[in-house]
Amino acid sequence: MANSYLTSESKKLATWYFTFAAIIFGAQLLFGLVAAVQYVVPGFLFEILDFSVARTLHINALVVWMVFAMFGSVYWLLPDETGIETVGVGLGKLLFWIFAAAIVVVVLVYLFIQVGPADETTIWFIMEGREYIEAPRWADIGIVVVALGFVANLFMTGIQGNRSGIVTVLMADMIAFAGLYLAGVFFTDNISIDQFWWWWVIHLWVEATWEVFVGSIAAYGLITMIGAHRKVVEMWLWIEVTMLFGSGILGLGHHYFWIGTPEYWWEIGALFSALEPLPLVAMFIHVLYDWGRMQGEESAKGQEESVITNKPAFTWFVLNAFGNFLGAGIWGFFHTLPQVNLYTHGTQFTSAHGHLAFFGAYATILIGMMYIGVQGKNGIKVMNNTTSTIWATSMIVGGVVGMTVALTVAGYVQVLVSRAQMGATWAGYFDGQSGMWFAQGMDWRLAMGVVTFLGFLFLVKDLLSIGKATHHKR
Amino acid sequence: MAKKSVWSDNRFWQRSAAWITGFASILLIWLTFDTIPQITMGNDADLQSGVTKRVPGPTVINYKITYEMDKKRGHEIPVIGEKEKFFGRDDWSEEEAAALLHLGKLGSQAKNCMNCHTLLGNGAYYAPDLTKSWLDPAWQANGSMQAMTGKSTKEEAMAEFLQHPSQYPTHARMMPNLGITAEEAKGLVAFLKHMSSIDTNGFPRNFGKIQGAVNGK
Repeated sequence: MANSYLTSESKKLATWYFTFAAIIFGAQLLFGLVAAVQYVVPGFLFEILDFSVARTLHINALVVWMVFAMFGSVYWLLPDETGIETVGVGLGKLLFWIFAAAIVVVVLVYLFIQVGPADETTIWFIMEGREYIEAPRWADIGIVVVALGFVANLFMTGIQGNRSGIVTVLMADMIAFAGLYLAGVFFTDNISIDQFWWWWVIHLWVEATWEVFVGSIAAYGLITMIGAHRKVVEMWLWIEVTMLFGSGILGLGHHYFWIGTPEYWWEIGALFSALEPLPLVAMFIHVLYDWGRMQGEESAKGQEESVITNKPAFTWFVLNAFGNFLGAGIWGFFHTLPQVNLYTHGTQFTSAHGHLAFFGAYATILIGMMYIGVQGKNGIKVMNNTTSTIWATSMIVGGVVGMTVALTVAGYVQVLVSRAQMGATWAGYFDGQSGMWFAQGMDWRLAMGVVTFLGFLFLVKDLLSIGKATHHKR
Repeated sequence: MAKKSVWSDNRFWQRSAAWITGFASILLIWLTFDTIPQITMGNDADLQSGVTKRVPGPTVINYKITYEMDKKRGHEIPVIGEKEKFFGRDDWSEEEAAALLHLGKLGSQAKNCMNCHTLLGNGAYYAPDLTKSWLDPAWQANGSMQAMTGKSTKEEAMAEFLQHPSQYPTHARMMPNLGITAEEAKGLVAFLKHMSSIDTNGFPRNFGKIQGAVNGK
């Protein structure tokens, strides 16, 4: 691309990943809007683009854009951390195109073929029908190859260059991240066994390996954006890894309450998942503490200027610290105990938690990384907010929080009416859905979804234009 | 001067991270070795001799299933009772029942059920939970859904609905036509019946027990 200040091939590759991620992020929001409209107007696109299709695309696009942005983040930080150009960056570029092309094919098949006959060809070529990892088997194999190539690049670069604490954590984390996917690549007639292993992928990704990834990225951001001391940041990172894996791995038990698995998972799941918010508190304190400390050091020298070298990105990193704790921590803890989960499992409560957690824990920090990419590409020393930055940030955050509150209220009705009163039957389900608070909750969710999408448009505009603004320090 | 504390030493925390992660992983693997045999499907011999399995064998479709309060465990569990005809037969062999269940499970994935419904409580929240749908009052002899299809048995009614879901005015939010064939529908109903026999530790609570509790309906 023209006018790029980037000299590192790895960083150029990172910007490709960020760009594709942003496009898929937009697709995620669009299909989310379709699904949200269908809750309010059930006939919308009926038997054309049904809820199941819209929802599949909504959650798959979510996973895919995040994985792309995660790969991009690693390619971005590797040269800074290791001091060398990423080894195998040519392979990385090839894999990028393979990955992107595969995603486009999978999406087109979801959109236009949608479902298949009940045989193996559907599983291999159309879809596997397992939430979040619906991608057909051929794509699974492709994903494994791409992930292995990515992990190989990370390892070769980490071994040849300076292996910092952050790189060490990422190496261990990313190999687990890639390896866990294999637990989701098989078919069984036994739905209990199916869901047992399915959760290995989903839970051990989002409540273990992805969280550790976020810890590493936050550590990198603190060092690069406010000049936090590496030794302190890396010590915190190791403490976070200890707490995240210490609670998150066995916290897997909170998905094993009701799928046929033995009762002892009640106790194991309750105990360890109740501990899961603790590292998120630690991460929150860590970010704010380091910020205060670095700014304090400046103030002591009589400097009035902010220590932050990238205002938009740092805003998103702080939002990550807060959103991770609130969305994953608080909203997760709400319904993690089996006594509560018996009634909330599979209701809009889960959906409320899902929205705020994926946004708070992952979307925020990955958007932050995109801004870091824009800063680097435009050779900016200190990047300031623009009006669009502020509109984008407030509308996206406001929209997602609004959706979460609306879904929580809807979930509350569902728990009381469908579950507690009516015992989860067909009739009970629809009694809950027709409750006034439920219906209004769905209206508000749609309205807030639109706000989020408008915020996303501002975000795109800002990412494309902020580099050209003149009020930055170059 | 006091010695530098171990608590501020990066190596100490790095080792802690490694040990705790390793320990948690080993514990998880150990528990997995305990859990998997417990949720492995039983077989026909278990059913005939009354051995309770958390996930019974496919021939459970030959039996009547109910969901009853277990005083000792303090919640409801599926109870496998006397023989019951399923599509006119109560002598489905182990191979036949397994083939039907296989078709149904494949169908549940090929038709993407999980992105509207929840199964064992997992999936999307746009349509009712299917965990115990086989036991739903709406599909029983006097239930609204069975009456609507004009069929005389639960399994036939469910199979008919699955083949032509958008023909039946169930609710403003209807199920779309997914091109489910007669044979696939049979498999799906077998899959649903089998799923209702899984011991889910009392989820969902009070299923089908409270009728008419809301608004005097």
